[in-house]
Order: sequence, then C-alpha cells, then structure tokens
Amino acid sequence: MSTSIPADPAEKFAEYADGTRLVSTDWVAEHAGDPGLVIVESDEDVLLYETGHIPGAVKVDWHTELNDPVTRDYVDGEGFAALMSAKGISRDDTIVVYGDKSNWWAAYALWVFTLFGHEDVRLMDGGRAKWQAEGREMTTDKPQSVPTEYPVVERDDSVIRAFLPEVRDSLGDLPLIDVRSPEEYTGERTHMPAYPEEGALRGGHIPGAKSMPWGKAANEDGTFKSAAELKELYTEQAGLGTSDEVIAYCRIGERSSHTWFVLKHLLGYENVRNYDGSWTEWGNVVGVPIVTGAEPGEVPGR
Amino acid sequence: MTETTTPKTDDLPEALAEIVTDFAETPSDDRLQVLLEFATDLPDLPEKYTDHPELLEPVPECQSPIFLVTEVADPEAGERAEVRLHFSAPPEAPTTRGFAGILHEGLDGATAEAILSVPADLPLRLSMSEIVSPLRLRGMSGMLSRIQRQVSERIGKITAE
Repeated sequence: MSTSIPADPAEKFAEYADGTRLVSTDWVAEHAGDPGLVIVESDEDVLLYETGHIPGAVKVDWHTELNDPVTRDYVDGEGFAALMSAKGISRDDTIVVYGDKSNWWAAYALWVFTLFGHEDVRLMDGGRAKWQAEGREMTTDKPQSVPTEYPVVERDDSVIRAFLPEVRDSLGDLPLIDVRSPEEYTGERTHMPAYPEEGALRGGHIPGAKSMPWGKAANEDGTFKSAAELKELYTEQAGLGTSDEVIAYCRIGERSSHTWFVLKHLLGYENVRNYDGSWTEWGNVVGVPIVTGAEPGEVPGR
Repeated sequence: MTETTTPKTDDLPEALAEIVTDFAETPSDDRLQVLLEFATDLPDLPEKYTDHPELLEPVPECQSPIFLVTEVADPEAGERAEVRLHFSAPPEAPTTRGFAGILHEGLDGATAEAILSVPADLPLRLSMSEIVSPLRLRGMSGMLSRIQRQVSERIGKITAE
C-alpha cells in the first residue's frame, strides 16, 4: 500500500497473505494521532462509541450512515464523499477500523469502504473488546473533525460484491460459503440464535453452499486466528482449496464481510465476493431453490 | 424520513408522555446523549433477582442480551394494581439499556391498566428512527410486549402457559 503510515511489523501478521491489513492494539496506541491516520469505530450497538472510545476515533454507524435510507443499498458516491468529509477523512488517509463483537461490524465498514476504492483500510486485531481488556485509554470526548475534500467516487459493485442473479447463475460452479450459525444453515431457524427475527419466509441455505460460521475465524479475545488455523478452516474444511473464486453470504451481508476479509486479505483468495442480499433476499425470492438440512445438497437442474 | 411533527402523547401515561416530548424537543444530534443517560440511570437489578436469574424473562427481539421481570404486589387489585419493573442488561449493550431505562422511568410504579394501554408503536414515537434505525427499535417493542404479557398474566387477565 502506498501510504506513509507504516505497517504493523508484528510476527503474527507476516504470516497472512496481506498482513498489512491488520494492526495490533499496541500499534494503534503508538500511532494514534499520526497525520494521515484516522481511527474509525464501527459497532453493532449505536451507543457504544458514546460510552467511551479510543481517543481521536470517529464513529461510523452501519445502519444510519452506510445504508441508503430508501433503496436497499449502500450510499452512493456523493453520499460516501459527504460521509468521509464529515468524518474528516481524506482519500489518501490510512483508515484503521475497530468495533465490537470481534470486529464483525468493523469488517462490514471496511468492506463498504472498499466498494468505494478507499485504498488503505485496516482492521485493529481484537477490536474494541481487546483494547478495553488491556485497560487502555478511552474517552467520551468526540474529536472535532475538519471537513475534507473527499472526491465523489462511484461505488464499484463489480469486484467484491455479488448479486442474486450472479449467485443463481453460478450455482454448482462457484464455491459458496454460508457463514451463518448451524441452525440457520439447516433451516431450523431463519435468524441468529438470540437475535431478532428479520423476516425470511423459508429456512435453509443456498444449494451447494458449505457451512462455516463466521465466528470460527476469531479467537476468544476477538483477534483473528493464525494463518495456519484459518487455512485449515477454509482451504481444507470448507473445501475452498485453490479455487480462484468464492462467494460468501449470511443474513444481510455483515457477518460475511468478516469472512470476506479473512478470505481476501488474510488467506489471499483472488476473487472473493460478498453476497450482501444474503438470506433475507434469497430466502424470500420467488422461484429460487433452497436446501434444508446439514448437507450442502444438490443443485437443482436448470 | 424527517421527524418534524410532534408525536402523539395524549394516550400515554404521564411519565412516558414526558419522555416522548423530551426526545422530540431535543435536537436530533443530542438525542443519543439522552438515550445514553437513560442507559446510565437504569437501576441495578435487586439482589433477589441477581441470585435467581431464572425468574427473569429473556427478550430475544433485542440484539443484545436483556432480561426483564415485572412484579405485582397486589394482583387482586386487578387493573388498578401497581406494577414494578426490573431489567438486566450488560454495560456493553448501552442501546438496549437505554430502551430499558426509558420503559423503567416511564412505567415503573404505574398501574396495570396504564401499562396495558401503552400502544405498540411507542418506540416509533421516540424520534429515534433516524438516529437509531427502526430495526434496532424493534428490541424495545419486544420488551414492551413482554412486559404487557407478564402484567396480564399476573393480574389474571390471561393464563400463563
């Protein structure tokens, strides 16, 4: 990455395909405040940032800031430029994102930033919980962001995002990873255990999809598992092997952003796409097939 | 999506109506701060419940773990019986705690009748749809409906399973 902000030289990260996409809490403590570096907190809970955050960090909320309020889609180029400007982020800034729940929502923000081609976006390994557990400084003071001249860049949905017709047309040809819980995969339930029902008419999975719950990529402390462990999970167990293309999905595309990050940056799979329509779309669309039960199942003849 | 109209309050218990009005009169940018105050002010669970978590009911409609219980000291009073509310939610779930705090301040000590009359669209009247999102507000609907069901059971209006 062509940026003046150095990579984290930690040994663990050197094992990944692109370890420059991760920084440690130590690194953030050392570099916070560096010109050209913006720290972004992105959480599931909309109030968590307000209870205290890394000094200097700005907040980006997935519900209210990254989504278009009218169309089921992300903000457009103008919306994104306005958001970045409001957060004081320039196009060539290095962004480090962190958040709650093993960086689940932070990975989602990172994926959306990538749709707009923001070049240098990294995750803080372990996220908010690790920073807190280490007793590091937190503040409720919000930084006064200076608006920037962030350019209007059209969102590029063609590389890392998959849509229903593409998924339907590639059934049986491309590996699909279902990152939801086992109960959602089998069809026993249509939403996450202990999470609200968000409405899908049918339970099950996309024909041929392999199950690999997203959380398996994270350790107890929210950090990513080692390169060797991730390889065992995805390359071996989920059977991705040397495939040069893969699509991940979940319920609305957030958990699969976490898996997208793992496959793309940590394991180096070339063409990884996130199908953000995911189960809330696939499970409800007229005329598309599903499979129930623990096996990937057969792709129905077309 | 703009929330410029004043929400309806004349069918709400007084304390709840006040909260709805406060939120509406608070500038949009400051409403999260108000919600955070409710989260901070949510009273701790009385000891008798911390020792017996099985007495609490989980609310799966919320994104974060929350448990609640209602108490009616004098069920014979029926709809005039006074209701106490208790909640338990972890500090890492401030939004959920904030929702609980609103219901606690707005309904704790109210009569069963007042609680049962709270309309289901209460969360949408809190002027938070834009800053919190309707999906997250569903969690509050889940709490309210469970409180109302428990109260109905306790005063014998409906029979528990």
